[in-house]
Amino acid sequence: MIGSLILDILSWALLIGGGALVFIGGVGALRMPDVYTRMHAASITDTLGTICVLLGIILQAGLSFAAIKLAAIMIFLLLTTPTAAYALANAARLAGVVPVRRAAGEGDSS
Amino acid sequence: MITLFGVFLLTLLVITTVGIVRTQNLFAAIMLMGIFSLQIAAVFFILDAADVALTEAAVGAGIATVLLLGALALLDDTERRGRRASRLAAVVVAAGTLLILYATFDYPRLGDPAAPVHQHVAPWYIAETPRLIDTPNVVTAILASFRGYDTFGEVFVIFTAGIGVLFILANGADAARRSDLPSSDVQGLRHHLVPRLVGRLLMPFLVLFGLYIQFHGDFGPGGGFQAGALISAGLILYALVEGERAALRLVPQRVLTLLTVAGALLFVGVGCACMLLGGNFLDYSALSADAVAGQHLGILLVEIGVGLTVSGVLLTIFHTFAARERA
Repeated sequence: MIGSLILDILSWALLIGGGALVFIGGVGALRMPDVYTRMHAASITDTLGTICVLLGIILQAGLSFAAIKLAAIMIFLLLTTPTAAYALANAARLAGVVPVRRAAGEGDSS
Repeated sequence: MITLFGVFLLTLLVITTVGIVRTQNLFAAIMLMGIFSLQIAAVFFILDAADVALTEAAVGAGIATVLLLGALALLDDTERRGRRASRLAAVVVAAGTLLILYATFDYPRLGDPAAPVHQHVAPWYIAETPRLIDTPNVVTAILASFRGYDTFGEVFVIFTAGIGVLFILANGADAARRSDLPSSDVQGLRHHLVPRLVGRLLMPFLVLFGLYIQFHGDFGPGGGFQAGALISAGLILYALVEGERAALRLVPQRVLTLLTVAGALLFVGVGCACMLLGGNFLDYSALSADAVAGQHLGILLVEIGVGLTVSGVLLTIFHTFAARERA
């Protein structure tokens, strides 16, 4: 009984934490000044946020086939999202996007 | 909760659609169309249409995006400004929208068991599938057996599309391919270590998943169409990562044409075999002494035919576009 309570608390903490991270990532992706910093913000969503949410769901699923599937999804996301981020940043660099410098205008863009 | 999620998804769909219509940048439009497909796949999934969702995700979000990008590589990437929107068009669109909105009031509620669509032939399919065909996935039974003619037609539409692309676009490509054999400009992502490694790592899993979808279609969502799309997605990934030349070395165009033709022929052959064994065209019950076993065999073979043709055609189209780019 206590065990399941602890599991629930842990899983909800992970879910809420993950949700908060995804939200922060979203705000960052909207508010940051250029492509690279926006990607940096979005990477919070991509990696830590997703991992937290998926771990939370795995704890909810318990030891079952669903948990294995979720773990597989997590591994694939861990492989693919950084690759996509790499490709995006690389494409931005090749396209000649120059990172914004602080001196160019203090924060608060768009 | 699920209703809330559905409303959220539909709102996103509308926003995405407006984005697709409004943007002048065709690259952005293609990306938005991929996002649109993914969202509509999620909507299909909420509506418990797992087979359709899988198809939409694999074809709409995956293959179609790649093919459109391949086409875009040959074109200018901004939309040409057309004529100014006329007032008449706006009136027609507004009237049509109002008419459709009015029609929705007569629409049965979502999931209403008394809706006409659930009262027509669906109950018969659901009741008779276990007895006649005995596959857990009724969708596969309908697709491959009850409505075999429709699937037959679809396969030949895809077949025709592949042949058409080959005829129209592949003409000059062969000559160009021979002339620049030691080409170094199309190397894929050879010099990008990260995408290349991850692509190589994921490619076998994609193909494996495609095969699973192919042979598991009787039991779960999936079948030849989705499997063909997934397998060709895996090989397109290989082509993007290792360069198109390497992909053509792995699966040459001859093999692709062979796959395309073999799949279509397999479908026709199964149908004819049924006729020769005394049944009707595509009446798989004739294939075996036991009618249900015959149905299983027929569905398996037909789905393999679909998978072969779909993957062959999709890869053919991809390679033809890519060769065109180089020519």
